[in-house]
Amino acid sequence: MNRMIGLFKRSENKPEAGGMMPAAEERLKCPVCKSRLRKIDIKHNKMVCPECGYHYRLNARSRLKVICDKDSFQELFTNISTSDPLIFPGYRKKLEELSEKKVAHEGVLCGTGTINGYETALFIMDPSFMMGSMGSVVGEKISRLFEYAIAHHLPVVGFTASGGARMQEGILSLMQMAKVSGSVGKHSQAGGLYITVLTDPTTGGVTASYAMLGDILIAEPGTLIGFAGKRVIEQTTGKKLPEDFQSAEFLLKHGFLDAIVPRTELKETLARLLRQHGAKEVHHAGL
Amino acid sequence: MQAYDRLKAARAQDRPTSRAYIEALFHERTELHGDRRFGDDAAIIGGIGELGGRTVTFIGIERGRDLKERIACHFGSPMPEGYRKALRLMKQAEKFKRPVVCFVDTSGAYCGEDAEERGQGLAIAENLMEMMGLATPIITVVIGEGGSGGALGLSVADRLFMLENAVFSVISPEGCASILWKDAKKAPDAAECLHITAYDMKQFGVAEQVIPEEFENFHKMCVKMEAQLVEEINVLCRKNTAQLLEERYQRFRRLGDWNESY
Repeated sequence: MNRMIGLFKRSENKPEAGGMMPAAEERLKCPVCKSRLRKIDIKHNKMVCPECGYHYRLNARSRLKVICDKDSFQELFTNISTSDPLIFPGYRKKLEELSEKKVAHEGVLCGTGTINGYETALFIMDPSFMMGSMGSVVGEKISRLFEYAIAHHLPVVGFTASGGARMQEGILSLMQMAKVSGSVGKHSQAGGLYITVLTDPTTGGVTASYAMLGDILIAEPGTLIGFAGKRVIEQTTGKKLPEDFQSAEFLLKHGFLDAIVPRTELKETLARLLRQHGAKEVHHAGL
Repeated sequence: MQAYDRLKAARAQDRPTSRAYIEALFHERTELHGDRRFGDDAAIIGGIGELGGRTVTFIGIERGRDLKERIACHFGSPMPEGYRKALRLMKQAEKFKRPVVCFVDTSGAYCGEDAEERGQGLAIAENLMEMMGLATPIITVVIGEGGSGGALGLSVADRLFMLENAVFSVISPEGCASILWKDAKKAPDAAECLHITAYDMKQFGVAEQVIPEEFENFHKMCVKMEAQLVEEINVLCRKNTAQLLEERYQRFRRLGDWNESY
């Protein structure tokens, strides 16, 4: 089984759209093993190729469905939306296009929910919204989530997926790195558990801040995780980099991850860790 | 002056580097080396010295004064062990209750295979979190280029000073232009759009003070800078730790711009 594939054919790895179930006969070609499988079968396998284990990217809503207990999620901070502080060329137009396409509200979804009954605060970055880039809204929502988690004595489970800081917001996006890291630190000081799940791709300013600050760092197989881009490094150093460079497997080998967990086992793993750190078990109608 | 002209001034080879400020500002210095984990990154210099009669820790990103030095400190792009060295010295400063003064001058953290293997992202992330909670005053002076996360790794401070032609940016204008417009030659336009100057930083609330540049009379300039640093350190040292840390947190907490409906 080749799990390194997240690194190749990046263009084919588009986040899968959430919502409606696909028509019975709609087929998807796996970018890795080339199997043409029914989309519904892949979907039932949490968007992991049943043949080779390739993990399709998920948008935030789809991620929620594979992680959170049904109807347990309560979204927070929906009243915060993107502004254009620098009046950066093309930014407003881009935001309007995204708003029309209704891909996602912004680069991160925040709220509370349960995972196999264990209560937690959650943030899920959305690679379908400007590559999950971190601007003021992403930073503000995640900072508020950590502050909410402190006030309500909740753990935080965070799914990262990001191309890095959002340059259209200039220095304000860079400063979100410091701001969120500060909020993570406060939550940690208060004894709160923070589990980071790094998903494809986690790069740049997000890697250099809250993605790496979890008490426990988990990644999905084949996830690209790095600070500087592979191509940039190759151009700067003139050296060809190994194929597994910046893959989750590469980071695990170098001691920067706790574990690589396939998506099909992720929910159980998170629930177990939450329980072992004293997360409150709640029963609700959806369970 | 256009933003890109300031950037060019900030990158000028004959511009004083961190070492020059450290030598001019701090007396009775002892330079300290190494991160106690992997190595000693020449791109980060640091140690203990005296400023206005007070013992302080100084840390600077060093670009090197000549070609030989520049190669040794990889042109001022710190390695993970550089950020860890800086953090070690900051933790030491916290233990002995002395203020920290940082000098930032980098086009960005070192970009290479070895840096990634040793956790460049983690090294910066830890500095951001640890600096936010460091129980002693921190002042950072951006003396040249404030390049992205690599500069931020020493900039989680109570006060940020910027020299008048220093810049601070999320991405190099060249990088921004080539991503957005597929043309690195449009960097001057990108520099304007990104709002990277010291005056922009003051307006955003990222910086508190803009320091005039008088390189032809460097000694005089440093005497004035010393007075400004001492004044701010005195203000910060009068605060109790809880107040200092809460104000530092809020200094970053309010940064950003968004719409909010109620």
